[in-house]
Amino acid sequence: MTLLTAEGLYKSFGKTNALDGAGISIREGEVVAIMGPSGSGKSTLLHCLAGILPPDSGTVTYRDRELTTMNDGARSELRRTEFGFVFQFGQLVPELTCLENVALPLRLSGMKRRDAERASKEWMARLEVDTVADQRPGETSGGQGQRVAVARALVTSPKVVFADEPTGALDSLNGERVMHLLTTAARETGAAVVLVTHEPRVAAYSDREVVVRDGRSRDVEFVR
Amino acid sequence: MSIGHALLGLLEGGPRHGYDLKRAYDERFGHDRPLHYGQVYSTLSRLLKNGFVSEAGVEAGDGPERKRYAITDAGVTDVERWLGTPEKPEPYLQNTLYAKVVLALLSGRSATEVLDTQRSAHLGTMRDLTRRKTDGDLADQLICDFALFHLEADLRWLELTAARLDKLAEEVAR
Repeated sequence: MTLLTAEGLYKSFGKTNALDGAGISIREGEVVAIMGPSGSGKSTLLHCLAGILPPDSGTVTYRDRELTTMNDGARSELRRTEFGFVFQFGQLVPELTCLENVALPLRLSGMKRRDAERASKEWMARLEVDTVADQRPGETSGGQGQRVAVARALVTSPKVVFADEPTGALDSLNGERVMHLLTTAARETGAAVVLVTHEPRVAAYSDREVVVRDGRSRDVEFVR
Repeated sequence: MSIGHALLGLLEGGPRHGYDLKRAYDERFGHDRPLHYGQVYSTLSRLLKNGFVSEAGVEAGDGPERKRYAITDAGVTDVERWLGTPEKPEPYLQNTLYAKVVLALLSGRSATEVLDTQRSAHLGTMRDLTRRKTDGDLADQLICDFALFHLEADLRWLELTAARLDKLAEEVAR
């Protein structure tokens, strides 16, 4: 069943047309890779899909709700409860321990500290980073930090995880480990993953790909 | 590389005789391995037999008479089918893909389509390998990684070529 749909998205930054009529459709539980050269508009498409960035025109619909007509409050509520995010850098709060970072979205939703930390520990074990629970992000390796970020993205049981170049700052081996754990966990929980990447080996963890060129997107159906 | 398809693609620009075809092929695709005359004529006679080309008159010259060949409708369909079918993704693609891109540009077809069909086939194979790697032991992982890195290099070439299509189209048209 279709979970998230974008149609006819246009977005400009000054004189640059980042999106020029892009569209995409994400089904429940599938892993979709958005690929394309640098500057093609793939990150802008992800940001519009996730309700982080409003498009100049076009619609984004999550289930029956149109993100593009929601007010800021409703959009951030949706992002907090239904979506999870993994970015390339700088997403963990440096002053908090890794465990506190993972528990943060649950605490923001009003969950008690003890319950939030119990759920977070389970996710950290699943992502194989329970050993760094009491360390601060700056004390962990890049791969560990990214897996902590994945645990934090999944701890709220989101329906969609948006991952923008999640392995961009990692070496091959750590990148593969992050992708393996992210896609395995998402498939087990039924979360869809929208993955922006320019690396084919990372995209190979997806179920299908959408290519963005010059702000326009197209599904590439693979015919065997 | 299918020489027959490449010759058919070149014939789409208009009828040519065998020597002319060889020269056009060598110029565009045969830098390292020019065609032998024997290859050109045996390929043309096979294409003639299969109905993909027809004889289009004889060109008089100083030497022996030279037959001109024209592509038939069945030949055009065959070129189209070839351009639309991705090559089996293998670690070394040789120059078939390059020839397909050039022939698509020469004949006014979509070279982007050729590249996208290929990238999709490549990524499909990479997905299969990734699944095998995920379920397998260390030996599987190493074997699959070898193939994955090579296929990834092809994909980078596809991406780069897609980004340079406008320039290539200009050069091909000269």
